[in-house]
Amino acid sequence: MADTPKPDELAKIDHTPLVFRGWMDTQPEIRPGIACYGSKSKDLKYVDMPNPRDWSPFDDDWKLPENWQETIHEGFKDRLDRFRSFKLFMDICVRCGACADKCHFFIGSGDPKNMPVMRAELLRSVYRKKFTVGGKLLGRLAGARELTEDALKELWYYLYQCTECRRCSLFCPYGIDMAEITIMGRELTNLVGLNIDWIAAPVANCYRTGNHLGIQPHAYKDMLDFFTDEIEDITGLRMEQDLNRKGAEILFITPSGDVFADPGTFTCMGYMMLFHYLKDLGLDITWSTYASEGGNFGYFTSHEMAKRLNAKMYAEAKRLGVKWILGGECGHMWRVLNQYMDTFNGPADFLEEPVSPITGTRFENAKTTKMTHIIEFTADLIKNNKLKLDPSRNDNLKVTFHDSCNPARGMGILEEPRYVIKNVCNNFYEMPPGTIREQTFCCGSGAGLNAGENMESRMRGGLPRANAVKFVHEKHDVNMLACICAIDRAVLPNLMEYWVPDVEVTGVHEMVANALVFEGEKKRTTDLRGEPLPGMEDEEDV
Amino acid sequence: MNFIISILFSGFAVSTLILIPWVGVGAFDLRVLFGVIVPYAAMATFFIGIIVRVIDWGKSPVPFRIPTTAGQEWSFPWIKSNPIDNPRGTGGVIVRMILEVLLFRSLFRNTRLEYRNADSSPRIDYEWEKWLWLAALAFHWAFLVIFLRHFRFFMEPIPSFVHLLDNLDGFLQLGVLPFNGLGVPCVYISDLLMLAAVTYLFFRRLYIPQMRYISLPADYFPLFLILALGLTGVLMRYFLRVDITAVKELAIGLFKFSPTVPEGIGVIFYIHLFILSVLIAYFPFSKLMHFAGVFLSPTRNLSNNNRFVRHVNPWDYPVQTHTYDEYEDEFRERMIEVGLPVEKEIEPKEEPKEEPKEEEKE
Repeated sequence: MADTPKPDELAKIDHTPLVFRGWMDTQPEIRPGIACYGSKSKDLKYVDMPNPRDWSPFDDDWKLPENWQETIHEGFKDRLDRFRSFKLFMDICVRCGACADKCHFFIGSGDPKNMPVMRAELLRSVYRKKFTVGGKLLGRLAGARELTEDALKELWYYLYQCTECRRCSLFCPYGIDMAEITIMGRELTNLVGLNIDWIAAPVANCYRTGNHLGIQPHAYKDMLDFFTDEIEDITGLRMEQDLNRKGAEILFITPSGDVFADPGTFTCMGYMMLFHYLKDLGLDITWSTYASEGGNFGYFTSHEMAKRLNAKMYAEAKRLGVKWILGGECGHMWRVLNQYMDTFNGPADFLEEPVSPITGTRFENAKTTKMTHIIEFTADLIKNNKLKLDPSRNDNLKVTFHDSCNPARGMGILEEPRYVIKNVCNNFYEMPPGTIREQTFCCGSGAGLNAGENMESRMRGGLPRANAVKFVHEKHDVNMLACICAIDRAVLPNLMEYWVPDVEVTGVHEMVANALVFEGEKKRTTDLRGEPLPGMEDEEDV
Repeated sequence: MNFIISILFSGFAVSTLILIPWVGVGAFDLRVLFGVIVPYAAMATFFIGIIVRVIDWGKSPVPFRIPTTAGQEWSFPWIKSNPIDNPRGTGGVIVRMILEVLLFRSLFRNTRLEYRNADSSPRIDYEWEKWLWLAALAFHWAFLVIFLRHFRFFMEPIPSFVHLLDNLDGFLQLGVLPFNGLGVPCVYISDLLMLAAVTYLFFRRLYIPQMRYISLPADYFPLFLILALGLTGVLMRYFLRVDITAVKELAIGLFKFSPTVPEGIGVIFYIHLFILSVLIAYFPFSKLMHFAGVFLSPTRNLSNNNRFVRHVNPWDYPVQTHTYDEYEDEFRERMIEVGLPVEKEIEPKEEPKEEPKEEEKE
């Protein structure tokens, strides 16, 4: 693993590209710290992906199949015929440059090929050479080039430096979406076995065990049991959860990251406490070990793999006989659920339109997918005064909210999390406009790039986000960055530690649970992290 | 290849295109070729080309509904949604598209990155930047007005909207300095705007380092072509006057499909016409197709209603999945151990150690 440069080193960023050398005449060095490790043979084999073998992007030989060029060209043609988006986005870019400085990877690296327009041109140049008259006749003058091995490597390098956050597409006058182009490009690289380890392994895990982290059912139960003990220590109440229970009204699915590592685990405890709180009010809910993954790394591989992994949700809902599905806090999970799930694996006509058993609110906007976001569910509870909350328990927190890319630009959940946060804590400050809501910046590690070996790239990509956090940290003393995304919870702590060391990261439901006042609970002295509540610093009870 | 080559190539190409009719009409008097055949061929290429392109796009389906959402979605009555930037239905999409096509709404969001790194502490700002939007808007609208004004050459009698446009567009009542009042027609605002905008769009490609890096000959070429088109038009109107009556005779002839080639039209007109012909013939093969493509863009022309209105993928196919039964078969023993409910019990419950083999027989 490459050493990550210190922040002051890394901050020396030059955004000016070479003047006299055009982009076709430069070949990137595929660098440790930026590139991720190559996919492993066993993971590709497990899900029947092409060209399984162990390989490394840092070697000269990528062990491509004999006919790799033909395979990619055919795959290209096939996708042009199947996706209007792809064909259109290959044709209509005018290179106005509006997207250029909108990408967090360009802002943080200065690498001109990280400008969305340029990243797309890497693929377009291949398209022009193979599929357009101008490109065939005029070659480089028409911005066309042959798909050589070097071109493929370059393409791979930059396709796996895009987090599919769609910020560029917001600014594009034609709505050209680099995420869509990256999705297609990654499908093409997967045709010849060029995935990254950090995507391929979770995909294989998820296929087998139901979740990316490969947590087997008994271990999953152990983890929830462990959280139950933790919660009991803090509240004095035992909040057992049901797993794989048939006949429950609601199936709950959340990213497995939430049961695995801090601070996601605190969010997970938050869900558990909320569910327990609502039990007496009529909540009948179960978790599942089979559908134990909300996220979908298949989506970072191909549409087909996304569909294969996503299928578990409806399948499990059907098996358990639930009425509808509640989904946890996660980013790309919700883009898939919102924009793909019903098309992939619907119609879910065996489910019912979600209705909150507590408030009676009908979630009309989930009429066909039958899946509701927990932040919608909780916002509705709070609006209807169903939760007794003591926001002062979060008074040690000065909170800002990071809109995750996908819920923002692939769904539009902007107000609900803010509403919930403002009801469970007293100190909330927005980051500057231009860095939040639909213009939010990516954490820099989405779309499967939250590996360890590409830490430099992650710190670069996360710089715009971190810089906006730093702004509110300096101005308002903000010390907590809230989010509704499991990848955020996994990666933002590193990012904060690197750029804004005094800021921690939390899921919204962790703060909800901190504020939630239970009947018969013992006097709480600590929050879910075991840190003293405001005014309880001297209590000995931990 | 770098920006110098790109600019030289495009500049050379456009210069050649100017020379062709100049020599063709000026030296060889090929008026029928440049006044009739080339324009017809260009128009045919333009219309057929665009239709073929759009049909070709249309042939590829939209398997998934993937709008870019740029505002709050529709959820609860007590949460204010943004029906335009995050449309719930067709009405919102139509408004979104109108704003996109007529006012370039997405481009209006544009900002400029300001990266400072003082004392090893980066500070990133997103500055006001509406110049691109303004220039793009000025260019497209001015081009439209100029196009519409040209109807006075194609139609007899001149439609009233053309008179209206003429008056509005020329309301400054300026002559060309220093010829004010010397019989030079008044200056159109649209002419000035278009030339200024195109010039700006060219210089920003040169001046902004990132723009310089991404620009291809395919970006400079149409700019130069349009600049040449505008300049020849301006030359013709204000300086090198041509016989307007003859021009109109030719134009009306073209549109009535009974072309005539009158005597005495200056070469400058044929250059203007030839450049226009090249521009429209180039259209279907180039990035200029964005004007049609924007209407088809799936991130803009779809509603964000996937959760309540089903979208069907026409080429959907069944995929292999890992079923619950396969899952339970692998983990049954351990599931039972921790008390998780299972579909199938293991038969000899008393001796769990031998279970896996038994289980495989099931």
